[in-house]
Amino acid sequence: MPLLLASFLCGLIFGFGLLISGMTDPMKVLGFLDILGRWDPTLGFVMIGALAVSSIGFALARRRRAPLLASQSLWPTRADIDAPLVAGSILFGAGWGLVGLCPGPALENLASLSPRVIVFVIAMSVGMILHDAWQRRARASREIDQTAAVTASDG
Amino acid sequence: MTAFDPFSALLGGALIGLASVLLMLLLGRIAGISGILAGCFYLSGTDKGWRLAFLAGLVAAPLIASAAGYPILSPQMPASWIIAAAAGLLVGFGTRLGGGCTSGHGVCGVARLSPRSIAATIIFMFTAMIVVAIMRHGFGG
Repeated sequence: MPLLLASFLCGLIFGFGLLISGMTDPMKVLGFLDILGRWDPTLGFVMIGALAVSSIGFALARRRRAPLLASQSLWPTRADIDAPLVAGSILFGAGWGLVGLCPGPALENLASLSPRVIVFVIAMSVGMILHDAWQRRARASREIDQTAAVTASDG
Repeated sequence: MTAFDPFSALLGGALIGLASVLLMLLLGRIAGISGILAGCFYLSGTDKGWRLAFLAGLVAAPLIASAAGYPILSPQMPASWIIAAAAGLLVGFGTRLGGGCTSGHGVCGVARLSPRSIAATIIFMFTAMIVVAIMRHGFGG
């Protein structure tokens, strides 16, 4: 129960951050991405604020052996830049640029009950499920070849 | 056109960073929204529970803010349903293939100075800028 409450509060703080920073407004996001138009640098400051706190906080968190409410800290372990990372980031960037919503703000905007946001989130979930089903099939066929690869997700 | 507001942006960004640090300190998890959501579709038990709790907090934020009198605008979306759906599919599939989104790679990964996340962040930002340039200025604009 403390675990669920802590996670809820983290989501709540994250949501307030997206809201106050303007990330939940697709027009604001597109204004930042529109370098040929009237460029709105606001979201650059969101990154600066987020990175200032998270880089210091993560450096401190690294010193702890275990988190307070779980048995171990699951830090991502991969550092390589491979083809799926590049291809996936291109696809994600294309979708982000089309509408101005990335996963966090899209989910948060469900609260508005906007039908187009609901459609976006359903399509996003379908995209995730399709990818993961395809990956499981690919992994299953690789395991038949006895070359199981250990991967760590980034987040 | 939107107004430039660096103070709100810095404060909001700091809260996003704080939430990410707290999730690591308390649960030992990276606050990557695409990964948190995707896990909800195939995991069960506690591993699903904390994810749903986090997402519930995310959706509760604007409801609580609105109840406290903070003005919440309905997000402006494209007129076309097909574009909304296509963009959602691209974001869902792409973030899974690339292993993260703006939060997991852009904030948490860049803060850890992960070469993988820095590369991903540059690529998705650059691609999004190209798409916006084409959409807003490319077609007879």
